[in-house]
Amino acid sequence: MNPEDLKYSEEHEWLRMEGDNAVIGITHFAQDSLGDVVFVELPEVGSDVEQFQKMGEIESVKAVSDLYSPVGGRVIEVNESLVDSPELVNDSPYEDGWMLRVAVADSSEIERLMSASEYDALIESQS
Amino acid sequence: MSEEQTPRRTPLYDTHARLNARFVPFAGWDMPVRYDSIIREVEAVRTNAGLFDVSHMGRVEFEGPGAASLLDSVLSVNVRAMRPGRAHYNVICDRSGGVIDDCIVYRLADRRFLLIPNASNTDAVLDWIESLRPNHEDTSITNVTPDIAMIACQGPNARDMVAQLAESDISRIRPFRARTVTVNGVEAFLARTGYTGEDGFEIMLPGESAPAMWESLMELGASACGLGARDVLRLEAGLLLHGNDMDTSVNPYEAALDRFVDPDRDGYAAGDALRAIRDAGVSRKIAAFTMVERGIARPGYSIMDGEERVGQVTSGGPSPTLDTNIGLGYVPIAYSEPGTRIAVEIRGRPVQAEITTLPFYRRSRSA
Repeated sequence: MNPEDLKYSEEHEWLRMEGDNAVIGITHFAQDSLGDVVFVELPEVGSDVEQFQKMGEIESVKAVSDLYSPVGGRVIEVNESLVDSPELVNDSPYEDGWMLRVAVADSSEIERLMSASEYDALIESQS
Repeated sequence: MSEEQTPRRTPLYDTHARLNARFVPFAGWDMPVRYDSIIREVEAVRTNAGLFDVSHMGRVEFEGPGAASLLDSVLSVNVRAMRPGRAHYNVICDRSGGVIDDCIVYRLADRRFLLIPNASNTDAVLDWIESLRPNHEDTSITNVTPDIAMIACQGPNARDMVAQLAESDISRIRPFRARTVTVNGVEAFLARTGYTGEDGFEIMLPGESAPAMWESLMELGASACGLGARDVLRLEAGLLLHGNDMDTSVNPYEAALDRFVDPDRDGYAAGDALRAIRDAGVSRKIAAFTMVERGIARPGYSIMDGEERVGQVTSGGPSPTLDTNIGLGYVPIAYSEPGTRIAVEIRGRPVQAEITTLPFYRRSRSA
């Protein structure tokens, strides 16, 4: 269910390395738990995010939740499609529903993330 | 009710579980918040029909020669003037005019009434009524909540679906009327009421017959809907939610419920307070707003005029039907005129909104 080539955080964010950059989003499990996503607030391009620190908010019909960055670095791109189509997070959490592209500051941080099989075990224990 | 107590389950709990409902604790009950997508459930109710398990709501019967006068002393409407088969929306106010609960009262017969308080307020309502009860001989009070299930079938096609299962003609049960009818082979109390802004029925029936009724209505095309959709639908329809939009710190004039309040009755417990409030006028009022800028108002957020906090959001969220973000909140009278610009403080930032008229959504009656 969760793509093998991604890394995962305990806060249900995923990360895909593309060269020195990381693409970040939330997992299928996260979008499924939230339900319909109606609003996503992300940091601005050029701002810095820190690993496991709050980077924005995501709102479902009923609730507001914090988003945490799985890695630290400078934001170089934000998925602008989510402004008008936040439902992409539900429909395509690993592709069209991506959130940020970050220039990773310290690649050793990636080692603190989970593999797909470790993450599968985590959500198994939570559901 | 203490938080540690095991949540109660309605007679439809297993039905919800089979439909993969997500449950939330609500007023001491384990209730479905959604089955799939809240937005799709809302759409089903606006365009076809949705089913809601509302068995958690209070069901209290009053019977006896004193029932009408007891309820007339408690409720904000003229109970003595009600004819059997009629239902009225009303509020229950304390001696200072604060809203203990809002509810629907049905006159079942000359000396028999049914009251539907909110699940979380049933105990408070019963305590208040008990304190006003002159004696125990004139009126018996029976809480029938645990035995009777209640299913709301709401939407433009809801009436047709219920009619297909009814053994007699239900087309003459007009809005806010109710009657006992055999539906799906079981004797049910059918009320043309609801909390969604759509036409439909609330069906009260024995708990053991509820799963079959639910399944028959689903087979006719109705969608299972949870509390999440119910909250969106009632907000779009401009219906207040007690606990969010009203409580004992608010009076019904502030809540813009004037037309449901008749304070000029002898023996009405809240009459003195409500007459005084009505005659003096109120300084704040509930107001509806739509977000002009991008952002979603949530309960508890501040309503701002520049740097000044002038009120608080009591309900707010996205409106899938209107494709905009809407909310309710109390503001000083000066801000309550439609067209007035306000701001809602969202995560420390002012986001522009505009006062509008209620309801946000009104169904077309030609359909």
